[in-house]
Amino acid sequence: MRNEMEIIFDAVSDNEGFARVAVAAFVSHLNPTLEELADIKTAVSEAVTNSIIHGYENLYGYGGPKREPADPARKDPGKVQVHCVLEGDLLHIRVTDRGRGMADVAKAMEPLFTTKPELERSGMGFAFMEAFMDDLEVISSPGQGTEVRMSKKLGTGEWIGSEE
Amino acid sequence: MAQIMAEDFQVIDNCLMIRLPEEIDHHQAGFISENADRYLMRKEVCNVVFDFENTRFMDSSGIGIIMGRYRKISCFGGRVYVIHADKQIQRILKMCGLNKIVEVLES
Repeated sequence: MRNEMEIIFDAVSDNEGFARVAVAAFVSHLNPTLEELADIKTAVSEAVTNSIIHGYENLYGYGGPKREPADPARKDPGKVQVHCVLEGDLLHIRVTDRGRGMADVAKAMEPLFTTKPELERSGMGFAFMEAFMDDLEVISSPGQGTEVRMSKKLGTGEWIGSEE
Repeated sequence: MAQIMAEDFQVIDNCLMIRLPEEIDHHQAGFISENADRYLMRKEVCNVVFDFENTRFMDSSGIGIIMGRYRKISCFGGRVYVIHADKQIQRILKMCGLNKIVEVLES
């Protein structure tokens, strides 16, 4: 069976939790293992956080609901789009932003490489997406935004092996 | 999602104990680091203990928190400990090699 969903939300840090829980809920009827769910949530969290911090430079920072934009000339924090397709037990996730994009994708994907060490970003985001999903593809160009495509086959968790 | 509170930070002897929230992402990381650093500056704290007892989710922002605190205290001989980490969190710590610089205590 094929199933599809799409959410579009403001690029504010409050929505990071929402995005990963929404994707986890979308696949829940497949009875994924806890480990698979944790993997998907981590990967979505990394991709969405990247869009918010790096793509749109996190206009509203983090903190209480009464935050003011860091740059008064800019009101719109930007939008992040999360698009999921389930084909049988294969999950495809696409996280897209129209932010600043990257010139050197290969460099950005190196473990421990970060352009924001002052924010204590560990530089492990893409490494986590790669490790926790089966497939990862990143398409980006400066000024155009970034698209992260990931996929994962569900139902391959350990519990199947232990039942046999 | 419960926010981290003042009572989640406790100084016992020379250790700062931090009870981490249920979910650690970039949104939470800012509060945790900011508050932790306030304690690290103010008091005679040398070691930091991260308590993951209530934590069910962590992404790379959590790695940033631990690495950042480690950098701040290790040059003065301070140590970082991780307690009550479940399987998933231990896996993430191992993937980054953090288990080599912080002490992960089995409970």
